[in-house]
Amino acid sequence: MLEIRNLYATVEGREILNGIDLIIRPGETHAIMGPNGSGKSTLANVIAGREGYVVTGGEIRFDGKNLLEMDPETRACEGVFLAFQYPVEIPGVANLYFLKAAVNAVRKYRGESPVDAMDFWDLVHERMELVKMDESMLKRSVNEGFSGGEKKRNEVFQMAVLQPRFAVMDETDSGLDIDALKVVADGVNALRNPERGFLVITHYQRLLDYIVPDYVHVLVNGRIARSGGKELALELEQQGYALYNEEPGRARRAA
Amino acid sequence: MTDSTKTLERLATSDYQYGFVTDIEQETVAPGLNEDVIRLISAKKEEPDWLLEWRLTAFRHWLTQQQPQWARVHYPPIDYQAISYYAAPKQKGDGPKSLDEIDPELRRTYEKLGIPLAEQAILAGVAVDAVFDSVSVATSYKGKLAELGIVFCSFSEAVREHSALVRQYLGSVVPYRDNYYATLNSSVFSDGSFVYIPPGVRCPMELSTYFRINASNTGQFERTLIIAAEGAYVSYLEGCTAPQRDENQLHAAVVELIALDNATIKYSTVQNWYPGDAKGRGGIYNFVTKRGLCKGHDSRISWTQVETGSAITWKYPSCILRGENSVGEFYSVAITRDYQQADTGTKMIHIGKNTRSTIVSKGISAGHGQNAYRGLVKIMPTAENARNHSQCDSLLMGDQCGAHTFPYIEVQNPSAQVAHEASTSKISEDQLFYCRQRGISTENAVSLIVNGFCKEVFKELPMEFAVEAQKLIELKLEGSVG
Repeated sequence: MLEIRNLYATVEGREILNGIDLIIRPGETHAIMGPNGSGKSTLANVIAGREGYVVTGGEIRFDGKNLLEMDPETRACEGVFLAFQYPVEIPGVANLYFLKAAVNAVRKYRGESPVDAMDFWDLVHERMELVKMDESMLKRSVNEGFSGGEKKRNEVFQMAVLQPRFAVMDETDSGLDIDALKVVADGVNALRNPERGFLVITHYQRLLDYIVPDYVHVLVNGRIARSGGKELALELEQQGYALYNEEPGRARRAA
Repeated sequence: MTDSTKTLERLATSDYQYGFVTDIEQETVAPGLNEDVIRLISAKKEEPDWLLEWRLTAFRHWLTQQQPQWARVHYPPIDYQAISYYAAPKQKGDGPKSLDEIDPELRRTYEKLGIPLAEQAILAGVAVDAVFDSVSVATSYKGKLAELGIVFCSFSEAVREHSALVRQYLGSVVPYRDNYYATLNSSVFSDGSFVYIPPGVRCPMELSTYFRINASNTGQFERTLIIAAEGAYVSYLEGCTAPQRDENQLHAAVVELIALDNATIKYSTVQNWYPGDAKGRGGIYNFVTKRGLCKGHDSRISWTQVETGSAITWKYPSCILRGENSVGEFYSVAITRDYQQADTGTKMIHIGKNTRSTIVSKGISAGHGQNAYRGLVKIMPTAENARNHSQCDSLLMGDQCGAHTFPYIEVQNPSAQVAHEASTSKISEDQLFYCRQRGISTENAVSLIVNGFCKEVFKELPMEFAVEAQKLIELKLEGSVG
């Protein structure tokens, strides 16, 4: 469903991604691991279409369509979701209202009528359970005054309501204690199905104990240095990234 | 420049939608201002001698005054002799007996503005006292209100029918010497609204007046007087738009509110006068004096304003909290874009014991707009245990605009508690991207964020007005979308 071919990207003139190849098929969960500054978050932002992330080569196709030609809202409407590493606060806009605006924007794109109020209410309540979210969070302004854990939970909740076909989780585990991590992981796992793809970006192996990936890729200096199964994450946990950082030659050999 | 910034700029420079001129015969006095003009205005309105004398006294004082310079607004000098001080739509006979008798052209003007007068009166239960230029041309629901002893009529009619009340209260909150524009208004005011709510009566409907400036080169000088007697309650709505004109039009209104013991007055404004074109040409100069007196104990006056129009807005709806335990509130949203300038805020003068005031000001600046909040909180020595909370937030769109905050706090009683909070923020790229990543277009994201920013003020507006205000803001920021 997502094909990334020989992708190069720069941020503020600096080359961050240096030829990424990655294919994610429906139902697969891929994990991207790597040291700080390796380009993990850049990859997430390029997929979502954030301004300031300039693609200088290669392509991304989503169900065969050229993703890079679409503006961010079109990508979202096509079914690409980004769970933000740093979710943004929008004061005065109730979480529920925001979510409804998003659901209706996607429905409009698909040529559907706005969501029925009762149906939406039912869906929201069903999905709240997934992430054990308190009802009061619906009335609060989007992410305003939320704790780190609440923000991440809110991201997964939005994903659960929007039901995208492909989701990028950008360091969703950062800043979470173990209980919050489990809740978030349970939420993601509940959404895994044969049609939906996930790209889970993380610095630590810990998250992958709970969201068990089909494939693990190690990103170093803007390039996938090594790919493997879930066991690769454990290996990284023991050996660290130093191997890849300090001896790029050896890393390539290992790949 | 990024795409989002470009979109913001485009949104911020969309056309004024209400730019049209109604073709109605006008009865206009030649431009110029002197005692003869004032005598003529007074004579045309068949006013009693005391009122003519009051006008003349004000005029003589005005001649000794200088235009104030302290506000953070800039405009070329106004030639007061080039302004015509009286215009009235021509009527056959004594004036309309019902809505049906109103000039059809005038009715169409209101309809273009989305204010079908009759329909609105019936559907929304709103009694509308429409001011077209200087003379009130329609008053509805009068009978129903009259049964309760409520007086809601044009100012001219009040002068004829309720002379004692007008004489008692006119100038009691905003004296004719108050400030340059109030003094000018006192000498030449043409018409406006008058409301009297008798003791213990809760006005059963929102009272509403739509103002509209139409005659070219004609200053507008409304005078509004609202009196809520002991234990009375009234909610008054004022909304305005103006047709597109190339020259500046001066508007200097005076609004006086008086709340007696246990009375409450809620005054809401949505102001959308012609702001001038994208280059800053034309537009209304809106120099308004609005003040409420909480005269009685436990009285309450609440101002809510959504200021989106005018080339220049100079306006400080204020409360004098004289009665013990009285409460003053000011909720404001002011938007400036293109070359609009706004210097607006409030004054809360605490005189009585246990008086409380709340100020919530939201300024939005786009394009080259300049937005200043100017507020005074004054605690007099007599105001034991006075409380004030002020919050002034500014939102900037683009990098050519400005937001300025001038809070003045004078405390003369040590038991007072005064708190002031201020913030300035931009609609960030991060916020826009977050919305867009969820499928929401940039335009919708902007209006979502702006409405969120204004929420604390909008929730103070009566329901149907809040919807209107929200629409107006979206119009302001989205151009033809709406």
